[in-house]
Amino acid sequence: MADDYKGPVPVPTPETQDFWDGAKRGELRLQRCDEDDCDDVIFPARSFCPCCGSRSVSNFTASGRGKLYSYVINHRPPPGFGPEPHAIAIVELDEGPRMMTNIIDCEQTPEALVLDMPVEVAFTPITDEISLPKFRPAGG
Amino acid sequence: MEPRSVAIVGAAETTELGRIPGLSQIQLHADAALNAMADCGLKPSDIDGVATAGEAPAGIAHYLGITPTWVDGTSVGGCSFMLHVRHAAAAINEGLCEVALVTHGESGRSRVGRGGFAGAPASLAGQYEAPYGLSGPPSMFTLGVLRYMKETGMTHEQLASVSVVQREWAALNPRSTFKDPITVDDVLNSRMIAYPFRLLQCCLVTDGGGALILVSKERARDFPTKPVYILGTGESVETPMISQMEDMTTSRAFRVAGSRAFEEAGITHDDVDHVMIYDAFAHLPIYGLEDLGFVGRGEAGAFIEARNTAPGGPLPVNTNGGGLSYMHSGMYGMYALQESVRQMRGTAPAQVPDAKISVCHGVGGMFMASGTIIMTNE
Repeated sequence: MADDYKGPVPVPTPETQDFWDGAKRGELRLQRCDEDDCDDVIFPARSFCPCCGSRSVSNFTASGRGKLYSYVINHRPPPGFGPEPHAIAIVELDEGPRMMTNIIDCEQTPEALVLDMPVEVAFTPITDEISLPKFRPAGG
Repeated sequence: MEPRSVAIVGAAETTELGRIPGLSQIQLHADAALNAMADCGLKPSDIDGVATAGEAPAGIAHYLGITPTWVDGTSVGGCSFMLHVRHAAAAINEGLCEVALVTHGESGRSRVGRGGFAGAPASLAGQYEAPYGLSGPPSMFTLGVLRYMKETGMTHEQLASVSVVQREWAALNPRSTFKDPITVDDVLNSRMIAYPFRLLQCCLVTDGGGALILVSKERARDFPTKPVYILGTGESVETPMISQMEDMTTSRAFRVAGSRAFEEAGITHDDVDHVMIYDAFAHLPIYGLEDLGFVGRGEAGAFIEARNTAPGGPLPVNTNGGGLSYMHSGMYGMYALQESVRQMRGTAPAQVPDAKISVCHGVGGMFMASGTIIMTNE
């Protein structure tokens, strides 16, 4: 898989390193504000809470479960992603945040990609250090 | 500006200076900003104006959790922040915002997360969007539309009617790129680009330009042209990452900019004779009509399908043919402004009879930013 990937490779920053370290281990990492009256779940990672401004936030391993929030099926894939059309999806995690992703182990058609269907995270290694969180139909 | 009319109340540097390899460039902005807020006892939600250089103001605002009504990304090198202070003072005096934050952060030595333009591998978009097989705006700007359709019941045919109606306007405009009539079937049978969007629901790619000249109301009397007055203005930004919009079926930046402009103009929607809504893709007029308050949630598709925005309809929208049929050079907002000016001067090819108030609404990036200008000829 890693040898096949020709697309852009994320470069972690100090704030997002925990996310990418988790992805490499097969864990989806999020953050939560430590303030009792906030409890906001934060993604992408940063070292403070954009809801209340607190600098006290903690990393945690998310459930990896969510639902298909929206998508397009890209019929003009960029180099390295074609030639077949593929879905660019938005998944809403059970913990609240949404993230861009691809849906794998699923036909890339409007009939198979049903909004709100439950999905679960599945990590795709693209380099020795970076694994991309993708999602597949839950229980599939 | 009036002397002593604006003051600096919070000021701080980053917690550390020197070598800071543990913080990315955007986090240096945030660290300094949080320290300045702590200096004067404010939270991000207390701030409604953002100016910055080196990073995009939308990136800083979203990172910090700020919903601005004024942004300034003037980037003229090391003195940018002096200009920001001056612009902020003017903005505060003018009531565009109440609490302006000017930020700087630069990983000049450690070079961590530097080059924060969208798509740079260490930017947030580079980490969390770029690896998923994107092909630019057609595969991204459109991402919320299936969600919108599920929540509101808008049909593919209604979305297609946006392109059909705008082609009717374009047919009245000799300078339009495309003038031949099209049907809903034509739209729905055109080449698939990024489901559910087909070729005729995506903007043109053309060359062009435009310019505007503004003077004081007093000076305007000295010119031979009919003055077009600025009646109301609004602006905001949300996020440079479309995947991180609060709600992908409505634009927060549209709502903030639009409501500001109407409030400033002191008008209601019934007062509006003509509307321009930047249409890079066919859903933009749908979102725009709803987020600006011309119709209710989920009503815009049926509203356009029923020819309310078409030639002869009660609310003419995108009367030059829009980005879908007139032209789209990449930063189309200038052309929307030009058409509003023509309508207010009474010189538009598809002139709306007796039009007195025009609402011109623009989008920046992919729902990243928004600006609304309301013009009048009275």
